[in-house]
Amino acid sequence: MEYKGVWILAEQSEGRVQRISHELLTRGRDLADKRKAELTAVIFGSDINADDLQELIDRGADAVIAMEAPPLEHFLPEPYAACMLKLIAERRPEIIIAGATTTGRTLMPYVATRANAGLTADCTVLDIDAETGGLLQTRPAIGGNIMATIKTPKHRPQMATVRPRSTKPAPRQQGRTGKIERLAAPPELLASRVRRVDFVPNPEEHALADADVVVVVGRGIKKGENVPIGQKLADALDAALGATRDVVDRGWLSYPHQIGLSGKTVTPKLYIGMGASGSIQHLAGMQTSENIVAINTDPEAQIFRVADIGIVGDLFEVVPVLTQRIKEIKGKE
Amino acid sequence: MRIIVPIKQVPETNAVKMDEATGTMIREGVEAIINPLDLYAIEIAIQLRESRPEGSTEVIAVSMGPPKAISALKEAIAMGIDSAVLISDRAFAGSDTWATSYVLAAAIRAIGSIGVSPVPGSIGVSPVPGSIGVSPVPSDEAKTQAGSATGGTPVLPDLVLCGERATDGDTGQVGPGIASFLGMPVLTYIGKIEKVSDGKARVHRLVEDGYEVLETELPALLTVVKEIADPRLPTLRGKQKAKKADIPAWGPNDLDVKAECLGLEGSPTRVVKIFRPKVARQCEKVVATDEQAIHKAVDRVVEFLQKKDLV
Repeated sequence: MEYKGVWILAEQSEGRVQRISHELLTRGRDLADKRKAELTAVIFGSDINADDLQELIDRGADAVIAMEAPPLEHFLPEPYAACMLKLIAERRPEIIIAGATTTGRTLMPYVATRANAGLTADCTVLDIDAETGGLLQTRPAIGGNIMATIKTPKHRPQMATVRPRSTKPAPRQQGRTGKIERLAAPPELLASRVRRVDFVPNPEEHALADADVVVVVGRGIKKGENVPIGQKLADALDAALGATRDVVDRGWLSYPHQIGLSGKTVTPKLYIGMGASGSIQHLAGMQTSENIVAINTDPEAQIFRVADIGIVGDLFEVVPVLTQRIKEIKGKE
Repeated sequence: MRIIVPIKQVPETNAVKMDEATGTMIREGVEAIINPLDLYAIEIAIQLRESRPEGSTEVIAVSMGPPKAISALKEAIAMGIDSAVLISDRAFAGSDTWATSYVLAAAIRAIGSIGVSPVPGSIGVSPVPGSIGVSPVPSDEAKTQAGSATGGTPVLPDLVLCGERATDGDTGQVGPGIASFLGMPVLTYIGKIEKVSDGKARVHRLVEDGYEVLETELPALLTVVKEIADPRLPTLRGKQKAKKADIPAWGPNDLDVKAECLGLEGSPTRVVKIFRPKVARQCEKVVATDEQAIHKAVDRVVEFLQKKDLV
């Protein structure tokens, strides 16, 4: 039996399908169209919202496979992997893409090794090779200095993860139809040596990823005591505060604030960076922001290569003026 | 208890060259360091040993890399690791994450089957070349015996601790890959180990909107993030120990591996092209050196923001 079809691994939380799933549909649809193959959304969980499953069809999936059981309510590596491996063995998809979320980045390699499949993480571009029909997986490496295009010549399925928020969610289309299969997960696949005892939410975590406006402080703020300069601008703009790796490494802000290759990727409507030189590894986490404003004393700073507007000046002088002006404007409204 | 910490030596600077022909990194001529997140894994492993009765716990580092990776293992010993093994051979060159996970898992099994006497202060894992009989990659029902290894039967360590990802490849795939080959549960993004006792570990897993408190049976593999600990610096005594340490280098003959699963040939993925990323936006630069210029610059930014409906 040959390998056919494109799968996206949709994710759910408390039974609701998550946004990453719709982003993956955009990617998946493009690949499926080029391969002239079917696009299936695969999802694991318990009591998944039926309308959300239909929405996956509306947004581009030709089929949905929802494998459900109470032990699958939250991601656990062993039951999720066992179920996914079973589906792969039965259905033989040619391509599987997932989000580079904490779930995707754990489940995909755990499955790929067992499935003898090739896996490429954090792809920024996914395409189909016109000659071979194979998946072309492009991703940054060496701190983002290099882009590498990777193929999986022989092993199937070809697996890849894609960064969240690097793709627009697929739009709803009227009148789409598709097959929704709701399967009860086989009990023998649900054993888990890991138990979820508790969950402690951190609202701060979401703030950065979902924010429309992000203000970032870099090493140029010189010391931790100067973080409030950035915080005040963020407050004036109702923005989230982010940081470069240098700032986090120095303990001026905590790791959840870190934006970059080993931190978060953000794609806000507006990014304002102060004292951030724009190292490639930071750029990797923000360069797809819609609008980018940068303030730096160094006219040659890398950040100006991705900025729409750059102020070459001292942030200690510029930012308070900018903050004041924003406050005045917003005060008027 | 035995803890194994796989570590990777990575290029220090970002200016690393790629071999266009094979699509792999040219590691010669670039200064090398221990992958930063591996330092955190080493640190937490040592802390776990220090929190337990003396002599009851050993920490072994293992690294797959070119011969110079031995310096990374020495650094780990200087920090306080008990012993180390280098996995090195031309046959492993060009491995992708699948092939790397495969070999590291085999190495972990090999360490288990040889047996290392948990005598405090003993240095080095002494293999008997060619005699290592490690059972093939098991299915999920693999039985393991936690703890002491006296040689002969392959024994899995109680814990394998990895950094969440390496700064060169940045995939984060090898930790879960090793766990999969060893038939162990994998817990990623671990920011805290609450406790390890009675064949179980209780940990905090940092996810998108908070953290999970998970309890796992051992053996298990954890990938750790920065929150977990503050890596210590090597001590003088540690450096002296590292200097004298006997770190064996194992090749394919010392491991239970199939030749066709190694290196570039054994890797499911293949790099076909490398190029410099294109960064292209027309930046309007405004110089703001004096007070007047600063106000003008701010005006321009505000104008830009208002035009885009951002303010």
